[in-house]
Amino acid sequence: MTGNFLRHTLLVAGKDLRIEGRSREVLYTMAFSAALVVLVFSFALSNAADPAQGPIVAAGVLWAATLLTGTVALGRVLDRERENEAIRALLLSPVPRSAIYAGKLIAVFLLMLAVEVAVVVLVSVLFSTEVFAHPGYLALVLMLGTLGFAATGVVFSAALLRSRSRDALLGALLFPIVIPALLAASRATACMFDPLAPDLQPVLFWLRFLFATDVVYIALGLWLFEPVVCGD
Amino acid sequence: MSARRLRVARICKDYGRQRALVDVSLEFAPGRVSAVVGPNGAGKTTLLGILSTLVRPTSGEVLLGDEPLGRAARHTIGYVGHEPGVYPDLSARHNLLLFASLYGLAAAEERVSTMLDRVSLGDVRETLPARSYSRGMLQRLALARALLHEPDIVLFDEPASALDPAGVRWLVGEIERERAAGRLVILVTHDLEAAASVASHLVVLRRGRVALDRTEPAGFAAADVRALYEEAVRDR
Repeated sequence: MTGNFLRHTLLVAGKDLRIEGRSREVLYTMAFSAALVVLVFSFALSNAADPAQGPIVAAGVLWAATLLTGTVALGRVLDRERENEAIRALLLSPVPRSAIYAGKLIAVFLLMLAVEVAVVVLVSVLFSTEVFAHPGYLALVLMLGTLGFAATGVVFSAALLRSRSRDALLGALLFPIVIPALLAASRATACMFDPLAPDLQPVLFWLRFLFATDVVYIALGLWLFEPVVCGD
Repeated sequence: MSARRLRVARICKDYGRQRALVDVSLEFAPGRVSAVVGPNGAGKTTLLGILSTLVRPTSGEVLLGDEPLGRAARHTIGYVGHEPGVYPDLSARHNLLLFASLYGLAAAEERVSTMLDRVSLGDVRETLPARSYSRGMLQRLALARALLHEPDIVLFDEPASALDPAGVRWLVGEIERERAAGRLVILVTHDLEAAASVASHLVVLRRGRVALDRTEPAGFAAADVRALYEEAVRDR
């Protein structure tokens, strides 16, 4: 049972990543959007920001870019299921809905993570911030923050699969739900980037908070994906 | 090939206040093509959705043999819609290999090659994505995808829409071939001529109800199908 679930999950994720590997359409769009966000903020805040606030601004910009690029990834990865009604063939196969959800989640998560690595480097250069002072914690915060966003986003994106104004609705519905995870992730990132921070206790607190929200988001996602994607 | 009948018993389906199907009871037999026809909004696609397990009826049940038709039956169902249900960025072979893996088929490569040859896509360049296929090629790929796992039940939902006459003839031949192989075939269509050419069981739905349910073992003449249809959908 578990083996089958894992096999199906990896097949769905592998399919999405293989398609993206061929077209690179989502990855390029995400990378372009992220670079644009970081550059705009960098130019806008270059003179105005208090140097002491730099790390906090850098953390905010990093997660603003993640939010934007994540929305692009969610829209497009699910859009591929809508083309040619491929989703119907997938739903008709004996693949558990939860495995489809988990596969989509893995694909979106990996795409977002790949772009975030580039965004972190860009933020480090443009905001003169020491972003790699705690690489292990940074990786954890990025992974947990992204996982929470993707776990919720896949459900909403699937719910809006047949909606005409999906792109407009996705952000409006998704962002309020993921605010707790995003606030936690940006606070943890700001604490890590801040060279004057006395210790990493707040980071540990926010990591635990992120882990808890991820568990809730994923549990709800596994539970809600089937009724949402079948629309029945 | 399993020779189980598919029985629809007093099915109702409501979407909010709208009644899509009302007290529908039908029986579909293997080795026979059943054509389901009716005006737009008659409930044909809803019925096919229920038979494919993707739509849950509000009340009533569907039995395959003596067992309720549920998720476990998905590997026994093949579905060809008016949309091909394949990934446009993957080639025909990769699409079929993906679905072979999802269905857990053994000897997938061989099975995929056989199906590609059957639908005359064996010679298409292996890296060519389905996005660049013609409508006819996509529909042939859809049929290969639906039959890949050798289902007992094959559901066709307006499969000939947007096909040219040669494509329609080819499709009718394939439906006949599936019937001859002993499969239970259900064809939802607006094309009464296509229905007459393959079906020996005719169901006419009207406003969510069964207006006609007739079997002719020797098949129907096109003129008879039209007359039966007109009579069944006429306002009384």
